[in-house]
Amino acid sequence: MRPALLLLTDSRLPAGGHAHSGGAERAVTSGAVHDVPSLAHFLRGRLRTAGAVAAALTAACTHASAGGGTVSWEALDAEVDARTASPAQREASRTQGRLLLRVARRIWPSPVLDELARAIPSPHHPLALGAAAHAAGCTPEEAALAAAYHAVTGPATAAVRLLGLDPVSVHAVLATLTPDLTAVATHACRPSDPLTPLEALGALPACSAPALDALAEQHARAEVRLFIS
Amino acid sequence: MRASAAVATARAADGRTVVSRLASAPPLTLRQTGPHTVHLVSTAAGPLGGDMLALDLYVAPGTTLELGSVAATLVLPGPGESELLVTAHVGAGGTLRFAPEPTVLAAGCAHRLLVRLTLEDGASAFWREEIVFGRHGEPSGRCRSRFDVTRDGLPLLRQEFTAGDPDLDSSPAVYGSARCVGTTFLTARAEEPAVAEGVAVLPLAGPGTLVSALAKDAVQLRSRLEWGERTAVADEPATAATPW
Repeated sequence: MRPALLLLTDSRLPAGGHAHSGGAERAVTSGAVHDVPSLAHFLRGRLRTAGAVAAALTAACTHASAGGGTVSWEALDAEVDARTASPAQREASRTQGRLLLRVARRIWPSPVLDELARAIPSPHHPLALGAAAHAAGCTPEEAALAAAYHAVTGPATAAVRLLGLDPVSVHAVLATLTPDLTAVATHACRPSDPLTPLEALGALPACSAPALDALAEQHARAEVRLFIS
Repeated sequence: MRASAAVATARAADGRTVVSRLASAPPLTLRQTGPHTVHLVSTAAGPLGGDMLALDLYVAPGTTLELGSVAATLVLPGPGESELLVTAHVGAGGTLRFAPEPTVLAAGCAHRLLVRLTLEDGASAFWREEIVFGRHGEPSGRCRSRFDVTRDGLPLLRQEFTAGDPDLDSSPAVYGSARCVGTTFLTARAEEPAVAEGVAVLPLAGPGTLVSALAKDAVQLRSRLEWGERTAVADEPATAATPW
């Protein structure tokens, strides 16, 4: 494992991730998440749906960064769009992607990041994370792991703040999820032969989470909120 | 059991739609019930585990096809996984309405439901799918569904659902306490997203809208989807109105 992966996934990376709860704030407001066990169930479901999709698309973007243009950034961005039915989630993904791309270009200057910024100034988060991981020297599988980790740690921290949960108990929940993180990252990078690169992209996971979609739209309409998403 | 059924339309000399092909293959039996309406009539139990079923729909440019079913599909256990692959193509200026009754996942079943919908430029589509997690009072069977919509070769919507997995079934991030999940894909584009109890109207990044609903039973699911379908087309300009 490259030490750069630790920097990329650190919540102290100044890329604005702390402002997003990934649906956790609305789930808390609605009462669906109200204690550590319900948070654990929320996180496991989030990881296996939104997390699995983000991991697969991020790995594909790291792969594309190394591959020299067999698949365009526009095609990758369109695949994320097609898997993100909720406009509020598309907006949150592009906001986080833009901020991550901006800081990554300063931390790990690279022609790949410059090219992504030229092609899509506000790319979806998996594009920015995948390209940043490549620029930082990480493999597609490491990038997938970073995406899966990002899918659960932000919501977990948000729930600690919103519900005043014991942070140690919540970290214990995250520790129980580590085998799932490995499984999601491994699945994200399974070989796609004999498909063409574009077909392989289309066949990547597209696991939907209808509750997260509804929470994201409700949150976008909420008058009082602590987190952007 | 392996079975492959198909429906195709053609444009008559006077411009009207004719159903030019109607190939049934039990348990997928098709009956024409109107000038451009076809119903699936179940002529055998199932699908049962191990069944491999395929349904092909071809809507020729400028024609209309409506496909429904007379009853819910009850997916039953058997030796191995059952699969239903629906491939649908809508030509330029064609219109497809696909609105069968729900798929009910009986306890112990293992099913795959694959839908590939390809749209040419200017095609209209309405595609409703409802999945019920088990008959009354029983746990859900397992099902993996995948729905891919492309328009002129570009991805418009890709989504997968997994049912019968305890990690997902009652997760507040996925289905919560719902016992059914349903979606309607429309090529009509809602101006704004909308959300109500158990249902969201989601304008896609491309030309289309997804209505997504969760409910405690099939009746509530249908009423939530219908609310979303009405809301999605409510702000469509009258000139672009679809027949529903």
